Amino acid sequence: MAPSATLEVDYPGAERPARQYHLYPNGVGIAVHEWGEEDAPPLLLVHGGMDFARTYDVFAPRLAAAGWRVVAWDARGHGDSAHVELYSWDADMRDALAVFDHVSPGRPVPVIAHSKGGALMTQLADAQSFRFSHLVNMDGIPWTRRMPDIAEHERSKMMADELAGWLDHRRRTATSRRRPGTIDELARRRGLMNPRLPVEWLRRLVTVGGFESDDGWRWKIDPAMRFGGFGPWRPEWTLMRLPGLPMPFLGILGGVDEVMAWGTPLQKVMRYMPPNGRCEVLDDAGHFVHIEQPDLVSSMALEFIGSSS
Amino acid sequence: MTTEIVVHGKIELALHHLRPASDTLTNGIGTNGTGTRPLLLLHGLGELSPTDVPWYVATWPGPIAALDFTGHGDSSVSRGGGYTAEILLADADAALGALTDGDPERAITVLGRGLGAYIALLLAGARPTQVHGAILADGPGLAGGPTGPTSQSFFSLPTDGSSPDPYALVELGRDLRPPDYAASFVRLALAGSALDEPIAVTAVVRPDWLDAVAREHGVMDVTLAEALAVYVD
Repeated sequence: MAPSATLEVDYPGAERPARQYHLYPNGVGIAVHEWGEEDAPPLLLVHGGMDFARTYDVFAPRLAAAGWRVVAWDARGHGDSAHVELYSWDADMRDALAVFDHVSPGRPVPVIAHSKGGALMTQLADAQSFRFSHLVNMDGIPWTRRMPDIAEHERSKMMADELAGWLDHRRRTATSRRRPGTIDELARRRGLMNPRLPVEWLRRLVTVGGFESDDGWRWKIDPAMRFGGFGPWRPEWTLMRLPGLPMPFLGILGGVDEVMAWGTPLQKVMRYMPPNGRCEVLDDAGHFVHIEQPDLVSSMALEFIGSSS
Repeated sequence: MTTEIVVHGKIELALHHLRPASDTLTNGIGTNGTGTRPLLLLHGLGELSPTDVPWYVATWPGPIAALDFTGHGDSSVSRGGGYTAEILLADADAALGALTDGDPERAITVLGRGLGAYIALLLAGARPTQVHGAILADGPGLAGGPTGPTSQSFFSLPTDGSSPDPYALVELGRDLRPPDYAASFVRLALAGSALDEPIAVTAVVRPDWLDAVAREHGVMDVTLAEALAVYVD
């Protein structure tokens, strides 16, 4: 059952999910959000790092209108999913499997994934291709430059001050809380990372990705999570999984350099395209291609995936 | 032995004081009048901390403590896994903070077995001024996972909250350890440490990451007794 919409800021084209519920893989509450008819064929949406499923409030309804049951979920620690002891790439992957198994056990489904979600799904498509009928990766093909929303254990950069800063953060996480503020204040803060997104959209995000308490609004995301970090992972390792993907693959890259942009160059990606794959650049879109240009990107995805029937 | 609970985020870590400062051979006071440096023991994959001072470190004159990593021994188990070497590094850093009362001017020496050896290396690189020598010894989980991308898949395991957590065994057993990544922690340790050789490799077995570490400048290739004798000063 969907919670009350009374506090949600309106935004043109945005729709609340038709159904919201939780799955509990290994006892971890994973919040699932669905748009479209319950008996329509399923299509999965995967959000990026430090994001949440309701960032698809404009994009998902466009896919649902084409006859799909659109299913997105909040990664652990994000949105309405549980705050847990540990976060990692592998744990995110297993939580994703629980959603796949719930929505379409043993049957392939189309998957559209953004940013870190795109990198995750690219690896899963390589490891468990039977789950995918199509894969659309929206600006989630890593390259060698720094990527702000790759979570803390999956980064390749390592400097002494980053290490110390990360450990200092870990020492504080037992008692840390997100900073409160008004809707406008939280929207303004998020705008620093999303400078190309309309302020009314950011205000809506506060009201669907945050909660209100006595001293103001706070983001729901676990305070233990933060941008930055380190680890042995290297961006080119995701690229190496692309050529062997057996399912149709569409990559959509944002062409505008901005604070959250991954800056993946098309010419570097093309040689890794699978036989049934292609990659396109949206010259006038930043990292959040589906939020900046929902009509165009949903049309591209729907044309690529084909009819829901 | 007494056990202190050290909080690391949502995890409660068991830090066992095998020899508290009050029971040290020098009553906790070094020859220069300052407190004798603690020795922190880090166990291997799937192990738990010893309950008494192990014979091989009995000559250490100062306090000796042993940490149960997340998902091991008396420490918390994480729902649905999520274990990484970097999280265990933060476990060890929380123990470092507890053993030094949060004083960045104070230091400890670290001895790690197997997986704990890898974590000791990471801690020496991450907190070079506070780790007065990291000793890397043989033990379970020394090899770790691959050095690059693999075709390993993903699956769920039945868990009941007991330790060692099956997810810890699986995830930490396949944790990526590129040799150049491991070696970079030696350089960080050397850059920040007052010691000329802040890392000591006593392990007989040398997987790729440890072989790369052992070849770095600033790393001693010695016995455990020799390493303890060097770092006790």
